[in-house]
Amino acid sequence: MKRIPAPKDQQPDRFAFTAENVEKAQKIIAKYPPRRQASAVMPLLDMAQRQHQNWLPQAAMNMVAEMLEMPRIRVYEVATFYTMYNLAPVGQHFVQVCTTTPCWLRGSDDVVAACKNKLGIGLGETTADGKFTVIEVECLGACVNAPMVQINDDYYEDLTAESTEALLDALSKGEKPKVGSQSGRHASEPAGGPTTLRAFMGDG
Amino acid sequence: MPTLTIDGQEIEVEANTTVLQAAEELGIQIPRFCYHDRLSIAGNCRMCLVEMEGPPKPIASCAMPVGEGMVIHTNSKVAVKARKGAMEFLLINHPLDCPICDQGGECDLQDQAVAFGRGGSRFTEHKRAVKDKYLGPLVATAMTRCITCTRCVRFATEIAGVEELGATFRGEETEIGTYVEEALTSELSGNLVDVCPVGALTNQAYAFNARPWELRKTESIDVHDAVGCNIRVDCRGNEVLRVLPRLHEDVNEEWLGDRSRYAVDGLGLQRLDRPYVRVDGKLQPASWDQAFAAIKAVMDGTDGARLAAIAGDMADVESMLALKELFTALGSANLDCRQDGAKINGGKRGGYLFNSAIAGIEEADAILLVGTNPRWEATLVNARIRKRWLRDGLSVALIGPESELTYKYDYLGAGPNTLAEIADGSHGFAKVLADAERPMIVLGSGAVARDDGAAVLDLARRVAEQTGMIGADWNGFNILHRAASRVGGMDIGFLPHNDGRDVAGIVAGAGKGEIDLVWLLGADEIDMDGLGQAFVVYQGHHGDAGAHRADVILPGAAYTEKDATWVNMEGRVQQGRRAADPPGEAREDWTIIRALSAVLDQALPYDSLAQLRRHMVEVVPSLDAVDDVGPGEMGAFGVAGEVDAAPFESPVADYYLANAICRASAVMAECSRMYLHGADSTGGATGTDG
Repeated sequence: MKRIPAPKDQQPDRFAFTAENVEKAQKIIAKYPPRRQASAVMPLLDMAQRQHQNWLPQAAMNMVAEMLEMPRIRVYEVATFYTMYNLAPVGQHFVQVCTTTPCWLRGSDDVVAACKNKLGIGLGETTADGKFTVIEVECLGACVNAPMVQINDDYYEDLTAESTEALLDALSKGEKPKVGSQSGRHASEPAGGPTTLRAFMGDG
Repeated sequence: MPTLTIDGQEIEVEANTTVLQAAEELGIQIPRFCYHDRLSIAGNCRMCLVEMEGPPKPIASCAMPVGEGMVIHTNSKVAVKARKGAMEFLLINHPLDCPICDQGGECDLQDQAVAFGRGGSRFTEHKRAVKDKYLGPLVATAMTRCITCTRCVRFATEIAGVEELGATFRGEETEIGTYVEEALTSELSGNLVDVCPVGALTNQAYAFNARPWELRKTESIDVHDAVGCNIRVDCRGNEVLRVLPRLHEDVNEEWLGDRSRYAVDGLGLQRLDRPYVRVDGKLQPASWDQAFAAIKAVMDGTDGARLAAIAGDMADVESMLALKELFTALGSANLDCRQDGAKINGGKRGGYLFNSAIAGIEEADAILLVGTNPRWEATLVNARIRKRWLRDGLSVALIGPESELTYKYDYLGAGPNTLAEIADGSHGFAKVLADAERPMIVLGSGAVARDDGAAVLDLARRVAEQTGMIGADWNGFNILHRAASRVGGMDIGFLPHNDGRDVAGIVAGAGKGEIDLVWLLGADEIDMDGLGQAFVVYQGHHGDAGAHRADVILPGAAYTEKDATWVNMEGRVQQGRRAADPPGEAREDWTIIRALSAVLDQALPYDSLAQLRRHMVEVVPSLDAVDDVGPGEMGAFGVAGEVDAAPFESPVADYYLANAICRASAVMAECSRMYLHGADSTGGATGTDG
């Protein structure tokens, strides 16, 4: 889906790192050889996004460009290329539903439908209260626990329509649901409990 | 040096050559879109695929370095099929709007689609559409046509030195643009139109005007600055519709500044198309005879010392020579071709040329810019310095007004005192120059067009001599002129001689009533109010400052309307050709002077351009060597003296309005308003519709 940058009236005029982030940024920049500080552009943009309600205003890109002494357009190119930089405001809970083949086979359609029903919004939209944004993403690399969603930095896996709704309910109440598998299994162990080859040997 | 076989022909080429370049050496053309021989290699259009024996897949010849024993087939079944595939992919999202596209008829994609395209499309899905971008008043965009070859991005980044264009977003959504709605801040932006292989970037001022096959193309010379860019003038009927750069490796390569390219609409506006004579304080249309009679009435019986002539910045050598000889015959020594009052005198050519030549910049390893903003004064000299700077090992320093150049430089100081410090070796940069193998000083008109200009010139010469700039095989002493007429004028001696008056003297003399007649040969940039009661003859092509002050106007030809000679800042003699006729009763300038000379009973001894040129070469043999350039012979120049501590000032207030043609141009007015006076840049009124 095409990402559309926030219009001018939503863009803040200024952006500055907090003192703590400035210090962090300097540490990141110091990792690269002199005159190669532009390599720090991605972590700095990420830091800016985290500092700014999970989206990256143009002022922040400009500030990063200035900090790294690189042309602004080169920062814009990076920020627009990588889809994990949000160019427009998103909800407090940024729900990314994986709909790539393994998740889809395991029922990601239900997860999408549950999000839509529960929140009353379509993909790519934000709820009126600004709490949730739902988008569809490609594989997030958790196929063994499909279907799954990523909400901000956390993965919620082994979802069904019900557990998705429960998850969203919990979040909207301000609770902190358990991260990881929602079906109760540990990590990506077999769904029916551990098995060994001995079981097939018949001699227990 | 590896040897490879291309289409059955063996060739040995330098290592690091690409397959495409090697094929070109053999005269084999491989189609391409993203590859451009002056830009870095991108390898993203895939049009240059060729078959290589060995690897299972075709290779991109533009990005593949040659290897020993490679066997390449550029036209085999595999290669042609691969190219057809690439073409089909490119055409998936390219609109079929050639009939309304300005690139039609000179479009690489169109041409190559004829060779490699399918008769019909197999693509039934929606084509993508991309919002047009705003790149300023000069470049029109139709971004749906873009095939994302990134030539424009690479041009802006590498040649123009303004990193403002980029490819944003990704995959199918990739868009070329500035991301923010801002005009490109480059004086080379017109070249984006040339590098674009499709109709995504087109010439705004020429939009929907003509098809290339309707145009009459004339190879000529540009006179908007002293670089002497080689151009092609495209006319339909008698109207100049556009100007394009023409390849000249030693001068402009294949680029052209925006002023030279986009001021052409000024050639059709504010033109002087008939003689005028001032009667009772008002200019009245007159016949040539009446105009000549009015001049004769003033000139007859007037002492030569009370006559004066000033040549403007675009005057050609032929007309200056004719004017000089007429005035000399009348006994006048008050001649000057240095409108800006530059304190550079004639004499040995080395004293007023860009001795290292423009291509010589590529060999320099230390450059000291003095009182100049090359970006505005000679855009392509600046581009050449950037080209050199991009390779490592060049230090650039500037004395004079600080300006935003397209390379990093050390700012040393504002005025002549800093130059004096370098001359006496007390400044750190003196050592940089002395240690450099090929040091260079570039002296702009901001440094010499001032009262102490001769002393500054002397300082510069001392810097050159003390840092070993002037040697047997290298002469790094360079004067950067701004006026196309300047070097030609100096060559033929259009200068005050035998105590004649220079420009300032002429203006002052006219103001005090010591000069009765001032002849302005296209000179518009002098103090017109200072001319007092003098009788002013303006010979030129535009109704600018000179024509407003004139008592008699003689309509001349603009640079596109005459066969004439100009000498660029390197001393390179180049001939412009007549592309269109002068409007109305206007005539080529030398013929006007020749005709008047007969009226004044001082008939000049030439009746044709060929005779005039033969005479010209006899008088100044160096003018015979067309397109030849070598370091000028060094003689005495400059006068040792006290310099004024006042900082150097920039001689160019406005790049876009530097001469009469530009000032008549609506496109240039728009550029000036937008780039220099901060008018709203985000669209609305653009180009000529403002």
